[in-house]
Amino acid sequence: MISFEISEEIRKQREYAEKLSREQIRPFARYYDENEHEVPWDFAKFIWDEARYHIGCLLPGSMDLEEPFMSQMHSVEALSWGDQGFYLCIPWPALGGTAVLATGTEEQKERFLKRFHGKEITWASMALTEAHCGSDSAAIRTRAVRDGDSWVLNGEKLFVSTAKASMIDSKGIMIVWATIDPSLGRKGMRLFVVESGTPGLKITRLEKKLGMRASDTAVVVLEDCRVPLENMLSNVGDPNKAKSFKGAMATFDSARPTAAASGAGIARATLDFLKEQLAQNGIVIRYDKHRYQMSAIEKDIVDMEAQLEAAWLLILKAAWLIDQKKPNTVESSMSKLKAGEIVTKITQKGIELMGNLGYSRKLLLEKWMRDGKVIDLFEGTGQINRLIVARRILGYKSKDLK
Amino acid sequence: MYSFEPTDEQKLIVDEAKKLASREFRSRMRDSDEAAEPAPEWTQEGWKLGLLPASIPEEYGGFGDHSTLTWILAAEELAWGDLSATLVLAAPNLVAIPVLLCGTEEQKQEILPAFCTDSYTPASAALMEPRFNFDPSRLETTAVKKGEEYVLSGEKCNVPLAKDAEWILAYADFQGKSQGFLVAKNTPGLVVKEREKNMGMLAFPMYSVELEECKIPASHRLGGENGFDFQLLLNAFRVGLCAMALGVARAAYEYALDYAKQRQAFGEAIAQRQSIAFMLAEMRTDLDAARMMVWKAGWQLDQGEDATRESYLATNFTNDMAVMVADRAVQILGGYGFIREFPVELWLRNARGFAVMEGITLL
Repeated sequence: MISFEISEEIRKQREYAEKLSREQIRPFARYYDENEHEVPWDFAKFIWDEARYHIGCLLPGSMDLEEPFMSQMHSVEALSWGDQGFYLCIPWPALGGTAVLATGTEEQKERFLKRFHGKEITWASMALTEAHCGSDSAAIRTRAVRDGDSWVLNGEKLFVSTAKASMIDSKGIMIVWATIDPSLGRKGMRLFVVESGTPGLKITRLEKKLGMRASDTAVVVLEDCRVPLENMLSNVGDPNKAKSFKGAMATFDSARPTAAASGAGIARATLDFLKEQLAQNGIVIRYDKHRYQMSAIEKDIVDMEAQLEAAWLLILKAAWLIDQKKPNTVESSMSKLKAGEIVTKITQKGIELMGNLGYSRKLLLEKWMRDGKVIDLFEGTGQINRLIVARRILGYKSKDLK
Repeated sequence: MYSFEPTDEQKLIVDEAKKLASREFRSRMRDSDEAAEPAPEWTQEGWKLGLLPASIPEEYGGFGDHSTLTWILAAEELAWGDLSATLVLAAPNLVAIPVLLCGTEEQKQEILPAFCTDSYTPASAALMEPRFNFDPSRLETTAVKKGEEYVLSGEKCNVPLAKDAEWILAYADFQGKSQGFLVAKNTPGLVVKEREKNMGMLAFPMYSVELEECKIPASHRLGGENGFDFQLLLNAFRVGLCAMALGVARAAYEYALDYAKQRQAFGEAIAQRQSIAFMLAEMRTDLDAARMMVWKAGWQLDQGEDATRESYLATNFTNDMAVMVADRAVQILGGYGFIREFPVELWLRNARGFAVMEGITLL
């Protein structure tokens, strides 16, 4: 039966995340934007010691929840409402952990994810993009060569989120995409887990970014970085059985709506702020008035709300499908491309509507516009997601639609 | 808990609606549009679905309870077949559902049984008025109480099936509020004038209607002496129309998608070009998003929640989506999109109607 009822469990988590956002995130958002590369340790510690026991998706066991991904979307949206940079530097298994869960063996899950239950703050990261390829992930050049009982990784990775947090600030893990044979294209692609402290993995640069500055984004160099054979995901001992590319691609099916949910949070932050400002000036948005009675600003707000609602419901649909263990590639990409589009438009419009105040760094509107832009860039650009949707609905393979 | 899965019963209804839509609606869509007349099969065969009686409780002659969501699901399928056909078939709802949701016990007893028989009974609503800034909550048609009667005066347009309707639910301003008045066929002062000539929905006959001091018994004010909550009905109007917009848009999207895969240019299908493929991806995205918005508003109505905001947002988004999707379908067909041998121009004409036809239908 079709239902939009929020379960008690999700409602509680959401309320907790919203309170956290209001009290411990929002007030510090500007500071960490202006002081790029500083780590909000107090916040991270609070998450690790306390908050994550209230927000289901932050714990590794969260898959046991009744609606794990639905719950994740709500939490991520509520935290990103507080601040996207803070949300992105939350210590939790995140995308790397999802990859281990999706493609790892039981032993691998135990070995790599156990640390997320411990006392010490731990981050995970994923290294995919390279200088010459981003969306075209099958073209990566980082090599994995087998040498006795280990794999030796060589290459350079770009745009690795929380790389420093996972490798230097904590004893975390990094999932590295590499090829065992570049001539095989995506069939040669494998995923390797590199643990913090592994010799040969260096962080050579922290990027200076347009937004999401509280979260580190790094260049990672792998120089004869040696990992045990057992660190190849889904593929202990027998490279021929690897389904790494597919498995890793499947992780994006949950990563994309999650990124989209973060965008929805930023968009809602903007709209809430605008409505609050308008209300203080005696302008209340009416949903029962004809367009001839609406002011231009009301119409703008209502249009933006409709766009946000559209994106948010696509996100929920995509999450519901994962929770139902049904394929969601189309829905996942649709939610992401829509969220990327609307958060860009809404945050840009937000500044316009608030005039010179909107442009000032005293308020957060300009920050939200800078933060929001990445939603249409990471986890696949808006264009890549359009391509994915188009191929699926047309029944095309990548060679049919380039 | 969230769920986006219809019930088995709803799936069954959707299935039947889909069959009817393709067998009787789509197949007669073009001829009926050209003739500007509904096909008799639309109501003859369509009524057998029993959608309306299934919404009316047994005590009034029906065999079920009203569910907005079920109607939404069925309406998308039906409108996928043809919008005019769907509107003709659903016209009795214009009276039956407001009476069911807002009528007095006496009104339900008097009016509902006629809509639970084996044959279709035409009925209608007169809401719209001919002005560019028509606003359903600020009507110019007035109702004045005189003794045991209400006297209605004003000009109405786009009144569906007005010539044949057994009942017309006429909306008028009463003491500053939009209220409904049940006007029986042939009531003196109810003057059905010329047939409307619109851009689309051509096979759905609509008329100008003049209310010339039309007197109706006080007992025929919808909801009795205290009237009813107009906003509730307006929300339901909106959601109902949105569901049909989904159907029209989906028809256009599917047709354009198939066409783009067939049509060759420069040695490959035009769908193999990103400019076409991306248009299709965006059409599908907004179509799916709109559906979720319509479902959500419908679910809220069924829960008895105030759906004013959600139904407004759904309307806002869906109306634009329908025009965008139908327009792009025409664009993808290129010159053929402009030719009446192909269906997409018809969908574009129909899609444009949603934003301006507020209040012609109710689920």
